Amino acid sequence: METTLSIIIGFMIIGGLFALNAKDLLSAVISCGVVGYGLVICFLLLKAPDLAIVQIVVETVTLIIMIAVVLNSSREELKEKISLKLEGISYINTRYAANIAVVVVFTLLLLFFFGESIDILTPFGEHTTRMSTAYIENAANQTGSANLVTGVVFDFRGYDTLGEVTILFTAVIGILTILRIKGRK
Amino acid sequence: MTIIVKTVTKIIVGVTFLYGIYIISHGHLTPGGGFAGGAIIAGAFILLVLAFGSDVLKLKAREEGSSTFESLAILGFLLLSIIGLFIGAKVFFYNYLPKGTVGELISAGVIPLYNIVVGIEVAAALITIFLALVIYKEEES
Repeated sequence: METTLSIIIGFMIIGGLFALNAKDLLSAVISCGVVGYGLVICFLLLKAPDLAIVQIVVETVTLIIMIAVVLNSSREELKEKISLKLEGISYINTRYAANIAVVVVFTLLLLFFFGESIDILTPFGEHTTRMSTAYIENAANQTGSANLVTGVVFDFRGYDTLGEVTILFTAVIGILTILRIKGRK
Repeated sequence: MTIIVKTVTKIIVGVTFLYGIYIISHGHLTPGGGFAGGAIIAGAFILLVLAFGSDVLKLKAREEGSSTFESLAILGFLLLSIIGLFIGAKVFFYNYLPKGTVGELISAGVIPLYNIVVGIEVAAALITIFLALVIYKEEES
């Protein structure tokens, strides 16, 4: 299964890279869809059908809205004049040297701690927390819900769901406000 | 759109809408739930608007209705969770209805009600965002 996942994730990375470098905005948006629909297959392979249903519908709706936005705006990328003011300055100065040194140091630190922590972790796909084991054993009896995800989302993690719903409501209010002000002018 | 798209949409939209309602109402038994079902219902409505154009439906009134439903749904969610403060163990988000047997349609106490309310909320939110974009585009031109 890890080989299949790696192939799909490779395709998603190629799609993302193409979206960054595409000249036409429409093809960039469509190649962003590769990332979303690849994620759906990943969720299905990792046995999370709840997330797969949500992802495939939300991805489609988002694609429709983004294509509508792209077709209304200018499809060509804006040609900004990037002027590098490097002529008068010598290339080796202390600021560049400090930047590069900081980047190298942090990369080495990250690799060191990654190598330290990869030995302690359990293999891919096995959860490490005791909390999830307790949820899997007790959720069906305590909440009465046969679907454990719904039981956790609406009973054990009720505050979480309240926050999500509030975020959605706030987002809609913000979008309506912005669009109304622009429509009046 | 062409007549092919309109005919296919007429056949598909009802089935999609029913599937969304099924996902919401069976959210505590099968994969899915309020978020997935609400998004599917919103997708059915968006398909309708895309196929038949915005001049057939009176979208302005629809947008006001959908934002009203969204506000009512989030009020219902808060109400359902606040009732738990007064009944039984007196905890926020307390499951105060009888749980029933695991696996039947009417079971799990308040969780199906939460599912329905969140489904209405998500569907109304997505429809409102889409309609706001369409209305703004028409007002500009």
